[in-house]
Amino acid sequence: MNSQKPTRDGADGMDSRRTIEIVRAGLRRRQAAEKRFRLYGLLAILLGLVFLSVLFVSIVGNGYSAFAQTYVRLPVYFDAAVIDPEGTRDPETLGSADYAGLVKASLREMFPAVTERGERRALYGIISNGAGFELRDRVLGDPALIGTRQDVWLVADDEIDMLVKGRVDRTLPELDRRVKDDQIGWVDRLDAEGRVEKRFNTNFFLAGDSRDPELAGIRGALVGSLYTLLLTLALSFPIGVAAAVYLEEFAPRNRITDLIEVNINNLAAVPSIVFGLLGLAVFINFFGIPRSSPLVGALVLTLLVLPTIIIASRAALKSVPPSIREAALGVGASPMQTVIYHVLPLAMPGMLTGTIIGMAHALGETAPLLMIGMVAFIVSIPAGVFDPATVLPVQIFLWADSPERAFVEKTSAAIAVLLAFLILMNAVAVILRKRFERRW
Amino acid sequence: MSSVDMIEKAVQSERTSFRQAAKDMDSLTRRPEQRETVGEVRVEDPRVRCNDVNVYYGEKHAVMGVNLDIGRNEVIAMIGPSGCGKSTFLRCLNRMNDTIVGCRVTGQIFMDDQDINASGIDVVPLRAMVGMVFQKPNPFPKSIWENVAFGPRIHGLAHNKAELEEMVVTSLQRAGLWEEVKDRLEQPGTGLSGGQQQRLCIARTIAVGPEVILMDEPCSALDPIATAVIEDLIDELRGHYSIVIVTHSMQQAARVSQRTAYFHLGNLIEVGETTQIFTNPVHKLTEDYITGRFG
Ligand SMILES: Nc1ncnc2c1ncn2[C@@H]1O[C@H](COP(=O)(O)OP(=O)(O)O)[C@@H](O)[C@H]1O
Ligand SMILES: [Mg+2]
Repeated sequence: MNSQKPTRDGADGMDSRRTIEIVRAGLRRRQAAEKRFRLYGLLAILLGLVFLSVLFVSIVGNGYSAFAQTYVRLPVYFDAAVIDPEGTRDPETLGSADYAGLVKASLREMFPAVTERGERRALYGIISNGAGFELRDRVLGDPALIGTRQDVWLVADDEIDMLVKGRVDRTLPELDRRVKDDQIGWVDRLDAEGRVEKRFNTNFFLAGDSRDPELAGIRGALVGSLYTLLLTLALSFPIGVAAAVYLEEFAPRNRITDLIEVNINNLAAVPSIVFGLLGLAVFINFFGIPRSSPLVGALVLTLLVLPTIIIASRAALKSVPPSIREAALGVGASPMQTVIYHVLPLAMPGMLTGTIIGMAHALGETAPLLMIGMVAFIVSIPAGVFDPATVLPVQIFLWADSPERAFVEKTSAAIAVLLAFLILMNAVAVILRKRFERRW
Repeated sequence: MSSVDMIEKAVQSERTSFRQAAKDMDSLTRRPEQRETVGEVRVEDPRVRCNDVNVYYGEKHAVMGVNLDIGRNEVIAMIGPSGCGKSTFLRCLNRMNDTIVGCRVTGQIFMDDQDINASGIDVVPLRAMVGMVFQKPNPFPKSIWENVAFGPRIHGLAHNKAELEEMVVTSLQRAGLWEEVKDRLEQPGTGLSGGQQQRLCIARTIAVGPEVILMDEPCSALDPIATAVIEDLIDELRGHYSIVIVTHSMQQAARVSQRTAYFHLGNLIEVGETTQIFTNPVHKLTEDYITGRFG
């Protein structure tokens, strides 16, 4: 080769172009491939975003109306003869009076033309079954109401609520809808008199479950979820971190620890319903922990999230540079001091992230809780970890399964609340990470 | 003339006579295949005395039958091609090898007439007495203050805040870092320059009040100027501590140490006064190494 230019000395001796020429020739194709590669990534992200927004739009679109509730203003005569015939003002008597009757009387008064029995029943159907309790609470709060006539805002029935929210198709033949023509007429008249109003649905956040959609709320499920999650956190975080620290920092490397490691990884992949069956067999049948209680739910969820927490914590511990351990041991720190003062603080962000991912997982978990009876219809708000309770995802499952039209929007609203909680938890995770990482 | 000086003189003359003897047996001792240690491994009143120390990593015999004394207030340098077992031997002296799975140490290492490998010896007081400075500066990711205060705190050396402060300040002063950091003790130790970090690690080590300091290539991650600062520091520290320094730089060994030990493939080949090792090595392998024939 006598040329001055550096040439590529091909094995066949054919290609004696300069390297730069060959590179240039292929450059266009390379750049195109580069662009395509980036495009694929972009497309994948866009697709994800589209799905996500479809999800959000459908949930919020379906669910936002559940945050409002239709109320009807009725003039109610707090008839002393009905409420307190003997005039004793004894709370017991006041509490057990026929308040539903007062509501009915008020409706009869508003619509004197309605006399036939079937029609009357339809008329009474405008107002929720729960309206009587509202009146009772008012009287118990202020017995001076007895004998007076008051305008009271009362919760409308769920079908009427749907009608007012425009979710009932008025053009359908009467037989195909649950709201009768008569009822539409009465509601329209009340509306024209300014007696119908949509208000913020406080009930949704303050009440437990109910067969009547207009009375059903998520408080029971929220409290149940809260108890369950707090207990799960209190059990799984210390156990998970302790297990990870022992396995990573203290355990000898041998057959047994290898076996434990493999099993933990396998447990992370076990279908969650299996944990539910385990909980049923062990915690409920063997240990006799009350079924449907947050306690048993938390025990099952602890089993479920422990592998996640242990694996994440071990990864966090592994990522702590060994030089830090050497430095601490080198000045004479005991292994425990090394771990507590130096290794754990550095591993904490990773451990917290793993834990919160585990908690988010637990918050959304349904299947194993069905097995341990948390799917029961529970009206009362749980007051402790031994009380029967349900949790948000199971409540969603229950409502999604209910036939009433009004439960559709409740389901979506409950999903929105669940998602809000998940976002909140993730935000907390990010903040905690930041806080701990700031200590370098 | 103090008694210490007299002892030193005596040791000196003994070494000289040994060297002479070794020279006389020149043809015999310079053979490269010979693995017995050449030179005087013992000193008068040693701080640490190693008898027949062997280290195994599983099947691998990494350090073979090393006998060596480490004197008081001396800097002894360990040199040798990489992988010859310098670090491994160094880590025997504060039992850092305990932390390595599959590592086994035999033989005796005496400090204050106590074998540190004997059963029932706790490594915590040992490591308080034998401090260590690592190859890569490894300050804790905490404040400068916390870095230095950690040792005294875990050992309960300070009885109150003032004493702790005193310890931190003296240690930083001794490590030659005080002037540079006195205004920013609350800032992270990891934010210092490499050389400063290494001096911080030295301050952290001496804050515990050790008697021996082990240094494993303490300057290999530093630039020449930072290296020179550390070398000066080592020379000053000699007044208070016995220092064992592993180094791959023969110039550094020549500059800072009084004695030098040459390792080769797990054997301690030759020990002697630094000037003698570098000007007049007895063993063929030592000579090959310091003349740059391998390593
Ligand atoms: N943790 C270890 N496990 C197994 N072998 C090791 C380990 N550390 C060092 N060795 C081996 O021991 C020998 C001595 O290593 P080392 O003491 O680090 O050498 P040096 O510090 O002199 O370069 C080398 O052959 C090395 O491969
Ligand atoms: Mg080394």
